[in-house]
Amino acid sequence: MDGWMDGWMDGWMDGWMGGWVDGLLLTIGITSSFQMQFMLLFSRQGKLRLQKWYVPLSDKEKKKITRELVQTVLARKPKMCSFLEWRDLKIVYKRYASLYFCCAIEDQDNELITLEIIHRYVELLDKYFGSVCELDIIFNFEKAYFILDEFLLGGEAQETSKKNVLKAIEQADLLQENIDYQTRLFAGTVWTL
Amino acid sequence: MSDVVEKTLTALPSLLSLDSQPGSAKLSSTAKLGNLIRGITELTSKHEEEKLIQHELASIKEQVSSPNTTMRQMRELMVRAVYCEMLGYEASFSYIHAIKLAQQGNVLEKRVGYLAVSLFLNESHELLLLLVNTVLKDLQSTNLIEVCMALTVVCQIFPKDMIPVILPIVEEKLNHPKEIIRRKAVLALHKFYLIAPNQVQHIHNKFRKALCDKDPGVMTASLHIYLQLIQENAEAYKDLTASFVTILKQVVGGKLPMDFNYHSVPAPWLQIQLLRILSLLGKNDQRTSEVMYEVLDESLRRAEMNHNITYAILYECVKCVYTIHPKSELLEKAAKCIGNFVLSPKINLKYLGLKALTYVVQQDPKLALQHQMTIIECLDHSDVIIKRETLELLFRITNAQNVTVIVEKMLDFLRLSKDDHMTIDIVGKVAELAEKYAPDNEWFIQTMNAVFSLGGDMMQPEIPNGFLKLLSEGFDSEEEDRKLRLFAVSSYISLLQGEPSKLPQRFLQVICWVLGEYSFLKEDLEPSVVLGLLTKLLDMKSSSSETKSWVLVAMTKLCWSEAAVSEAQQVAETYSSSFDTTLRQRAQELQHLSRDSQLHSRVLPPGGRLEPDEVDSSLSFLDGFVSEALSAGAAPYKPLHQRQEELSRSKVLSLEPYGLSLPISTSSCSITDRQSPTLLSTSSGLSGDGTDFSHRGSSTTLRLDGVKRVWGREGYLAQKKPVEEVAQVEVPSPLRSPSQQGDANSCRSKTPTPTANPECDQEKQQLASSLFGGLSSQSSVCLMEKSEPDIQRFRRKAKGQRSSSTTNEQRANPTVSSASAVDNLLCNNLLEADTEPINSSAKQTFQHPHSLSVANGACDAEAILTDGDPKERNQPLSSEDFVEADDSPPREDQERSKDSCLTPHLPAELSGFSHSEIIPLCSSQSLDLSACHVQTDNSVVLVVFITNTSEDANLQIQVLSEELEVFCVCESPVEEVRGRSVSVRQYSLTVKMPLVHFELVGMLSYSIPAGMPQAMMQFSYKLPLTSFIRPLTVSTEEYGSMWLAFSHDTKQNLTLIKEEREPLTATLNALNKKLSLHVVEIIGVEGLVACSLLQDQPCLMHCRVHAGRLAVWLRSPVPDLPDCLLYHCQRALQEP
Repeated sequence: MDGWMDGWMDGWMDGWMGGWVDGLLLTIGITSSFQMQFMLLFSRQGKLRLQKWYVPLSDKEKKKITRELVQTVLARKPKMCSFLEWRDLKIVYKRYASLYFCCAIEDQDNELITLEIIHRYVELLDKYFGSVCELDIIFNFEKAYFILDEFLLGGEAQETSKKNVLKAIEQADLLQENIDYQTRLFAGTVWTL
Repeated sequence: MSDVVEKTLTALPSLLSLDSQPGSAKLSSTAKLGNLIRGITELTSKHEEEKLIQHELASIKEQVSSPNTTMRQMRELMVRAVYCEMLGYEASFSYIHAIKLAQQGNVLEKRVGYLAVSLFLNESHELLLLLVNTVLKDLQSTNLIEVCMALTVVCQIFPKDMIPVILPIVEEKLNHPKEIIRRKAVLALHKFYLIAPNQVQHIHNKFRKALCDKDPGVMTASLHIYLQLIQENAEAYKDLTASFVTILKQVVGGKLPMDFNYHSVPAPWLQIQLLRILSLLGKNDQRTSEVMYEVLDESLRRAEMNHNITYAILYECVKCVYTIHPKSELLEKAAKCIGNFVLSPKINLKYLGLKALTYVVQQDPKLALQHQMTIIECLDHSDVIIKRETLELLFRITNAQNVTVIVEKMLDFLRLSKDDHMTIDIVGKVAELAEKYAPDNEWFIQTMNAVFSLGGDMMQPEIPNGFLKLLSEGFDSEEEDRKLRLFAVSSYISLLQGEPSKLPQRFLQVICWVLGEYSFLKEDLEPSVVLGLLTKLLDMKSSSSETKSWVLVAMTKLCWSEAAVSEAQQVAETYSSSFDTTLRQRAQELQHLSRDSQLHSRVLPPGGRLEPDEVDSSLSFLDGFVSEALSAGAAPYKPLHQRQEELSRSKVLSLEPYGLSLPISTSSCSITDRQSPTLLSTSSGLSGDGTDFSHRGSSTTLRLDGVKRVWGREGYLAQKKPVEEVAQVEVPSPLRSPSQQGDANSCRSKTPTPTANPECDQEKQQLASSLFGGLSSQSSVCLMEKSEPDIQRFRRKAKGQRSSSTTNEQRANPTVSSASAVDNLLCNNLLEADTEPINSSAKQTFQHPHSLSVANGACDAEAILTDGDPKERNQPLSSEDFVEADDSPPREDQERSKDSCLTPHLPAELSGFSHSEIIPLCSSQSLDLSACHVQTDNSVVLVVFITNTSEDANLQIQVLSEELEVFCVCESPVEEVRGRSVSVRQYSLTVKMPLVHFELVGMLSYSIPAGMPQAMMQFSYKLPLTSFIRPLTVSTEEYGSMWLAFSHDTKQNLTLIKEEREPLTATLNALNKKLSLHVVEIIGVEGLVACSLLQDQPCLMHCRVHAGRLAVWLRSPVPDLPDCLLYHCQRALQEP
């Protein structure tokens, strides 16, 4: 009697579920609309060099996103726009030498300032490593992470002054395994109370 | 200082060990990672890489679990594990060691440990709990680096439930002498606010202190919090506008230290953050906006340098200028800026220009006209992103004149698009435009064909759904409906004759449905031909089984001619043994119906359905069955919210995709749902329509949300839309005019004026004039004031209107089809219900042979919606007025009884208590009955006023209820009422068993003048449970012991009243005010509330703020009381 209604509803539910789950993927945990969602660094060959996720996602999702995004960005031609629409997000990317820096932001966010965030990060790396190259980041990737954490925290620009970021990093580095370590500590430098 | 010494001493052994083997350890540690990396680069295949990494992971695993591994080595191992994870190999065995490293290592090892933890784990990982102690310890450390590291990790990942543990220490850090610590502490609090806003409610004034911090870095960090807070509630922070403006002025004026400059622009991030905050504050607020005009002007002026960063600021500035209350001077400058963006040769700027243009075009269509040639160039841009943004812009300026060109451009784009998300988005937009502005049937069907073929199976299901609804419901004229359907049929026939295997499944399903329903309209078309085409679909390999069942259903509808039957039988034969149960069922249906032509013509009469199904969602026709089942001892019905909660608890498909369904639907449906099993109310019948409508209202809203982008919502036009949407949802009246809906859909106004172009090549000029036709250069900046009456072709019929006309049409037309036969029955029943009362509860109680005159005094909104024929209603009332009893619109109906001496007055002894509004119950020529209820401290009294406008009369009133005990206060049941007077009856009421609403049924028999034959009137009166609820004053201890003693309970999440400081207190106060519940105590995020049903039936409520909602748990010794009370709490909190 109501056979066709059944059939129709079946289809409707399927589609709806799909749509919802898809939407869910990118809305969970995202409360602030100007927060960066994640940052990826990858090489021209598509090798991931650094990844920082500011929204909680499963490993499977992360892998999927990374794979898709690397493909999409690498396929872009050099003269093209640095912005991409991808799923519900805006991707802002820029290539520095052999390395692609790629950030995901939300639609309301400002693409240009994100581009400058990337640039500032590159400047920071450059200053820290002294004319940085991909190899520096590969072999000292934990340092690159430290710098990033000092610059962006929880997806927001934490400290935009280049001097301050590097000061913070260097002072932690001063504790590096060199002989100065003890003398500095004993001398009670700025870092102790 | 002693701490430092201790630390150093513990660190010494590792340092010494380093010294004893100079360089070797250091070398080996970096060398190992280096070797790994080099090893990987040398590999040629993915397979080899996998082998190498697995080997590496195995060796790491072995070493980390060895007890001899020092923290130093562990640090190196962690780095390698992180590297392996980055390459996509799982190293979950190392997570616990990362935490150990953070816990036990020295400062440097800790740093790596924390880093590894933040990279490995996410917020919800259970291992994170093990980190809490470490973080706590480090936060209290005297070593600033350790404190910094702890705060950094807290800002990234911290378990939500553990926030209270560290919160006091983080708060303390706001006063730390070092700015870096203060800054990180502010960011940590921001993070807490994001994941658990309630936890940091109490420190809002500390945020203000951070905003005034002398260090610009700390101040900047606090802006993150403010942006968030203001986004949620701008009103509460208007007083800070001047401060933000001052800060921005200082920044723009270069007052910050040079450190904060970025490419000689002062603190651009800070500027942008401030501009965002200002735009939120100034939105729809002229006074606040005026405060910021000057600084915005300054910002626009200062940003002249030709560098990306200045453009970023300009862009934000432009957005702000267009968001706040408009000032023409600023708008002009902003428009110029947008122009510079759009015309820029730099592609990134061009993109942003288009984006900005899209944002402002609804307010300022002139701007699009100015740049039309650029826009046209962008349409053919080689970069798909630019094209996409241009289409978005065109979508905003579409009107009846340019719709064909714009839709064509969009379809062109779709044909080339490979991105699913873009396809889905644009397909939705095309469908929306087609429905809104279609110039003719042919174009509409063809466009929708394109939509279905291009959108394929990934498009939003609302599109085919809406399309079929449009076809079946029809619009203004019958003839147009017919033409549209006929055209659809012809177009689909030719599509099926082509290559149907190339069509997406969803499209095939649409085709099947349309052919099944409407192919009879095409007179020269034999059903057997259609059947033949459909059979081809069945044979196609690509058809999904879902599509096949659609085909079978369509065939079932078509098999009424001789030739068709034999074909159908054959098909049915094949599929009746299918493995797919749905298919098998459809095949069975087909088989049976095709065999029995009489049955077929009764169930699926040729001629199709003229009206779509009326869905009786309240299932009123089951009332009899339910009451039988109940009396036979069946378990009572579970209310909607309870089921939903159970569902969500068991993590099955959640029925609340947008968290909206409860608030919208309860108002109209749960009352009926709750009552129908027990009350057998006559009101259930068509009330399904009310429910249906409000659902539809909500679904329209959601659909629009999906289609429109955020941009449009924020502009000035946004003001108008939400209001109308609210109206759609809240006014489910059958009297809704179609033009209202038209307005809601089209809120732009356009006047056709051809536009002139400067020198350009012919083709582009032509395109331009067709694209920008209708965008008048004269049209005013503010479109808000104008609203085009309607240019929409396929204006959907207002649902309410349809429902009232349905009954008429169905009566007039006995050949209505299949499913509506059921409706027909139902409707007829209801119509009868209006003329001869079958108020079942009444019937059970009074079996009077007298002719009863019906009174429609039932004071609930449902009854009104229900009323099949509005003409018979003479006293429209709404329960909303009654329940709220605060705003009562003036009523014409009461005019009659305005005679001063005939105004009902409360008896003196009751006048001191709160009472509900007096509402008319029923009336005859000379008698008017009205009533109200009075809530005294320990009882509820129903007061009935009998106004006699003619001679003396004898009358007798009986009031009864199944759920209430009714005790008449006066002595004799028969009373003489003098002419032209008001007599008062009082009934004291007590609750037998709790219900959401109680209904009293009354019977008035009277003879006027006294001694004449009796006549009768029947009335009903409804009052909510809340009338019986009284505050219960208990102490917390008493509460505790009572709580444990009670056995009946229910739990539910309720909406929390949005209030910045104390949402819990505000919510409980509201409950106290509206439902007179007693607030026993508020402890942090929990609240204890108590009340009782009159004196002796307590009900306790435990509230806890959880994830922005109020989790309540009600307990009572009385069955059903928690449920019913919960319902009222829900209602009380939904009301503004």
